[in-house]
Amino acid sequence: MKKKSSAPRQSLGNLLPKLVVAPTFVIAIIFIYGFMLLNAWLSFSSSRLLPTYDWAGTIQYEKLFANDRWWVAAENLLLFGGLFIVICLLLGLFLAIFLDQKIRAEGAIRTIYLYPMALSFIVTGTAWKWILNPELGVQRLVREMGFESFTFDWLVNTEMAIYTVVIAGVWQSSGFVMALCLAGLRGIDDNIIKAAKVDGASMPLIYRKIIIPGLRPVFFSALIVLTHIAIKSFDLIVALTGGGPGFATDVPATFMYTYSFTRGQIGLGSAASMMMLMAVAAIIVPYLYSELRKKKDEH
Amino acid sequence: MSINRVLIYSLLGFVALIYLLPLVVMLITSLKDLDEIRTGTLLSLPQSLNFDAWGKAWGTACTGVSCEGLKGYFWNSVLIVVPAVVISTILGALNGYVLTKWKFKGSDLFFGMLLIGTMIPFQVILLPMARTLGFLGLSGTTSGLIMVHVIYGLAFTTLFFRNYYISIPNELVNAARIDGAGFWLIFWRIIIPVSIPIIVVSVIWQFTQIWNDFLFGVVYSSGDSQPITVALNNLVNTSTGIKEYNVDMAAAIIAALPTLLVYVVAGKYFVKGLTAGAVKG
Repeated sequence: MKKKSSAPRQSLGNLLPKLVVAPTFVIAIIFIYGFMLLNAWLSFSSSRLLPTYDWAGTIQYEKLFANDRWWVAAENLLLFGGLFIVICLLLGLFLAIFLDQKIRAEGAIRTIYLYPMALSFIVTGTAWKWILNPELGVQRLVREMGFESFTFDWLVNTEMAIYTVVIAGVWQSSGFVMALCLAGLRGIDDNIIKAAKVDGASMPLIYRKIIIPGLRPVFFSALIVLTHIAIKSFDLIVALTGGGPGFATDVPATFMYTYSFTRGQIGLGSAASMMMLMAVAAIIVPYLYSELRKKKDEH
Repeated sequence: MSINRVLIYSLLGFVALIYLLPLVVMLITSLKDLDEIRTGTLLSLPQSLNFDAWGKAWGTACTGVSCEGLKGYFWNSVLIVVPAVVISTILGALNGYVLTKWKFKGSDLFFGMLLIGTMIPFQVILLPMARTLGFLGLSGTTSGLIMVHVIYGLAFTTLFFRNYYISIPNELVNAARIDGAGFWLIFWRIIIPVSIPIIVVSVIWQFTQIWNDFLFGVVYSSGDSQPITVALNNLVNTSTGIKEYNVDMAAAIIAALPTLLVYVVAGKYFVKGLTAGAVKG
């Protein structure tokens, strides 16, 4: 009797966990992987205003690579992404090191460094668009201080506008790196540092040789997240420069949006998004690979 | 205090000031009238506290064709955020529970598959999703946006709960199982009571992400269903006559207030959410 009643319960018990995750499984298959494949197909189709699932070979990619605007966007991403990542990492690291010197009011200062991260990039862009306003913004402020000939028109300057995106982006995201590095610094064994001190090592040397190398995994994580933010950055550029002047500050994400949704070039837009996916993959895949290997080594 | 300490403190203080300045400038500007803005500088203080710009941003400013301020869009965002956060957090908790305490063949593979979902640039799914929403009759609706946010938030919430539950000892669950407790009873009695911190992290993360979202909002909503970030961008870029910087700034602060408030009240959890994905992959 007992066996009989527990048998179906057992099988239901085995089935239930799978049933619970089934919706997520189906969602992932359809909305992540299925959509990625559909999008890949679109990028090989002749789609323009409406998506058509036919086969047109690599024509969209050829069009993309012949498009000057695309190359401006790609170049901007390299320039913006490179500067954004390097400045965020350096600034974050130094702020963390300084904050780690038993500072009074550390909590308050940390809160101030990190609050921009809670804001939408649209808010950040709107605020900086006003601050960098070529007439009434920083330029006016400095001129009023007595520097009559000071000019600061980066926002409307084709050559310099991309750097305003870097400024706003760094303001928003460097606090995040600071928080990561600070957590990393707190995790370093004090005894090693004490031992080095006993051996007569100076503090700068200890930082250079022990502490900063110890932060490597943290740096790596921060690098991945920042790269990710850079490649996906869309809202900040829309709000701050609108991709302008002209298309001087276009990035792949704004390029993809413009061509897919306002210019009726869906095939070209999807080809651009596939290029973005490949850029992310080029960074994520080696990272995942090294993480997995690390895990195997640990066991 | 040594000279070094003084240097460190002044440097930290100086940087803190720079980080605060944009917010201060926004606030000052929002309290000025247009004359004061035209004649003063970014940092010149308003003559009097003037909340007209705030009233206009909330109630009568133009966001494209309609001129009803941000208030409707603010509530749109609330209507999108609340269900999306609740649903994605509940599903994430259940997924995390199964993936750590009821592992089955292929569950690790499933988790890895899901993890990739946290990493793809969403541009890759924008076009097929637009088509799908149209097919389901959800184009330009609040429900459509809720669905999109739940779907693409699931990977994150699952990651949070899975990484948290993995540190709950399995013996606890196994002992309960031997005592005859089933899947749901263990979840309610053992797992949920210790989950409060991670629930807070997940809710805050999802709330901030969805409230601040612009990409999905601008692509999948139209007119009356737009979230506040889209409306703010429209408000700033609507060019009808004179540029009202004070209204722009008031509108930006209104759009930022909910997430700022969450950050101030629960900053600790906010940081945990930010680092959870990065440090423990």
